[in-house]
Amino acid sequence: MLPFRRAAAQPLSRRRFLVVSGAAGAGLTLAFHIPGAAAAGPAASAAPAAVSPFNAYLTVAPDGTVTVLSAHLDMGQGIYSGIATLVAEELDADPVAVRVEGAAGNPALYGNVAWGGAAQGTGGSTAMTSSFERYRRAGATARAMLVAAAAAEWKVPAAEVTVASGAVTHPSGRRAGFGDLAAAAAALPVPEDVPLKPPGAWTLIGTEAFRRVDSRAKATGRQIFTIDLSLPGMLTAVIARPPLFGATVASVDDAAARAVKGVVAVVPISRGVAVIARDTAAALKGREALTVEWDRSAAETRGSDALMAEYRRLAAQPPTAVAERRGDPDSAFAGAARTIEASYEFPFLAHAALEPLDAVARRDGDVVEVWGGHQIPDLYQALAARAAGVTPDKVRLHVMMTGGGFGRRAVADGDVVVEAVECARAIDWQAPVKVLWTREDDMTGGRYRPMYLHTVRAALDAAGNPVAWKHRIVGQSILAGTPFEGMVRDGVDVTSVEGVSNTPYTLPNLLVELTTTKTGVPVLWWRSVGHTHTAYVMETMIDELAAAAGRDPVEYRRALLRDHPRHRAVLDLAAEKAGWGDPLPAGRFRGVAVHESFHTYVAQVAEIAMDERGGFRVERVVCAVDCGIAVNPDQIRAQVEGGVGFGLGAVLHSQITLTDGVVDQGNFDTYRVLRMDEMPAVEVHIVPSAEPPTGIGEPGVPPIGPAVANALAAATGRRVRVLPFDRAESA
Amino acid sequence: MRLTVNGRDHEVDADPDTPLLWVLRDRLGLTGTKFGCGMAQCGACTVHMDGTPVRACSTPLAAAEGVRITTIEGIEGKVADAVVQAWVALDVPQCGYCQSGQVMAAAALLAENPRPSDTDIDAAMSGNICRCATYQRIRAGIHEAARLLEA
Ligand code: FES
Ligand code: FES
Repeated sequence: MLPFRRAAAQPLSRRRFLVVSGAAGAGLTLAFHIPGAAAAGPAASAAPAAVSPFNAYLTVAPDGTVTVLSAHLDMGQGIYSGIATLVAEELDADPVAVRVEGAAGNPALYGNVAWGGAAQGTGGSTAMTSSFERYRRAGATARAMLVAAAAAEWKVPAAEVTVASGAVTHPSGRRAGFGDLAAAAAALPVPEDVPLKPPGAWTLIGTEAFRRVDSRAKATGRQIFTIDLSLPGMLTAVIARPPLFGATVASVDDAAARAVKGVVAVVPISRGVAVIARDTAAALKGREALTVEWDRSAAETRGSDALMAEYRRLAAQPPTAVAERRGDPDSAFAGAARTIEASYEFPFLAHAALEPLDAVARRDGDVVEVWGGHQIPDLYQALAARAAGVTPDKVRLHVMMTGGGFGRRAVADGDVVVEAVECARAIDWQAPVKVLWTREDDMTGGRYRPMYLHTVRAALDAAGNPVAWKHRIVGQSILAGTPFEGMVRDGVDVTSVEGVSNTPYTLPNLLVELTTTKTGVPVLWWRSVGHTHTAYVMETMIDELAAAAGRDPVEYRRALLRDHPRHRAVLDLAAEKAGWGDPLPAGRFRGVAVHESFHTYVAQVAEIAMDERGGFRVERVVCAVDCGIAVNPDQIRAQVEGGVGFGLGAVLHSQITLTDGVVDQGNFDTYRVLRMDEMPAVEVHIVPSAEPPTGIGEPGVPPIGPAVANALAAATGRRVRVLPFDRAESA
Repeated sequence: MRLTVNGRDHEVDADPDTPLLWVLRDRLGLTGTKFGCGMAQCGACTVHMDGTPVRACSTPLAAAEGVRITTIEGIEGKVADAVVQAWVALDVPQCGYCQSGQVMAAAALLAENPRPSDTDIDAAMSGNICRCATYQRIRAGIHEAARLLEA
């Protein structure tokens, strides 16, 4: 998910490409410019005065149903329900009469405030941060307008009108539903600065009262995802894609494919050759019958072992950039009582969201419509416009409920969105076209969490405290070569070093260096981005230092976090709830990790059970989380539970490897993810907070790997430094 | 080919080797059954054939003739109601994409074994991937459904 940090609203400085600008240290502002496309993105300030909430942030049906228009994509993280909670709270709506739909196409309304407000998007666990003020204000303003409409109609003072659970009433006995008043309300002037409820008056925020809006639809198969869309005359396309990254089409023999019953067209598009058919089965059969010769001259042909060997060589050479320098590490090493060194290797990882990538495009009159899991809508609108040969104002995006994302739906070139438009255009817009990726397309299609190598040297004083830390990271930049490249500063892609360069531990002499590599394998943010590897290294290394110092891992961390009360609070809470220090049954061991990501603090204590053969099972994970105000406590628990399972599957099993440039894994038989039988019991404890809400989609992921690794080290003394654990075992 | 789906008969003109999944989704419009892997690895396409859970992606149309096929849209009765009720009460789904398959697998389990243990659940449910890792709530949902059925 996008790693954009909170930004102060500020004017944009336009650059040649898009980009991102920000006052030094104040955060980052997102905007973009796509060469060859008409200007897209932010022109004006993202905070117009007094927007009417009606039709911008919500609609009210005659039956009183409130439909909230969400600026953020729901990929399962529950933001639709979170935003609905905010609106319902201030509107005093009946929670069961609230629906949510995705909205796009107006950065002034939907720009992500946490990114500076200039462009719409979901990522970096910012959606609640961006929405907290905006959607409460929309609810409060709509409520004030409904009250004003009732007061006018009933000829009573507005102060005497009350609203509760979707009903507007007056002591005289007058009563109306939202639906009765909405039209009149929407025609009224928009009041400014409607006061919001004080936290003490909340009845939904911070409670268990507002449940997910989509559970029933999803439990009964009625939720419609992009893959489920059916438009009149719609065709389905699958695409023959290059067998190697960087290979291109040399020649095509499509005679056999065209002969497959149901195949309508075979057309070249920018990313391969599309087989367009009446239904999915025919498209798949057609693709099997297609013969494509590929030009491999520019392709990446190295394997992942060769790449890692190259990374090891690079790690021994001067870095390409310095990400952080504090104090004087060299002299501190010279005076150290002892030093500890370790190196770590992380594989490529696929997102493997369960809904494969998909999008539907059609032209209706002069408007091109695209349905999909649009994570960066303004950018996709511009990219779709360029692919369609129209101006962005002629593109309408429909944001669909999405079957998982984990970062994969936010890509700089809009992949499946552009493919759908290219396919529909290639057949002269004669029919809507759905492009569907198969699991193999997804697994072998790149956009992986990059491979990384870390080398760390730490120096301890006689008391066992770290006095110096040298850290070198080798790996690809996620941002380089994308419209977000402007976020790379002085050669440092923050997504490569976040979690190390800003470590909260008291390390007076610190050097963090980065060597950015280039490979032909496309990479992308993957749920919690840089923290997927940096938390693992920091938290296992600190554990190793604690062991070397003969100190308790929790106590050792506490001492080094003395200036970081929020880290300490989650650490203390997790330790307490896990019974840290209490004796365990034979064969059971604990490990701990604490890490902040996306302004949310999470500590986890993992408890493992060893078996006779030296294997283990993670039995229990106790989590403590501080994400500011807990808007929907149960959804916070759900995200942390899921984050633990997602992260655990990855560290235990998942890896994408390449042999001579060809991806070795194609499906879930070879790319292993967590399944039911390996899911631990997860407990989530939330630290009460009055701070503004921060993200929860990602921060549950980073600590689980190191917590389990530390438990294994406690059990066996063995430190796993090559991931996944499976690989370390077989190595 | 003649198919009986959710108690209704359908005449389908398709090759006998066409995966049942695509017939259900593209021909019959029953999109609750999902595509996740296409090779019996993820369980997103789970349907019942004569009450037994099968992977529609790996079931050729020819093998689906003459049996009663039930999809998420057509499943009904006490067990299914209990599962759905438990899923909603516990807010089990996240993205929800796997959940049709999870519900079908859970309902088949409970129909056979009204009080499954955690080990029974592991055995019956480990073929159904949830990338959002809602496993803890799926497990709790099955126990809750069992409780509802007993009550
Ligand atoms: S789609 Fe059938 S098991 Fe995955
Ligand atoms: S809820 Fe997302 S895959 Fe299961």
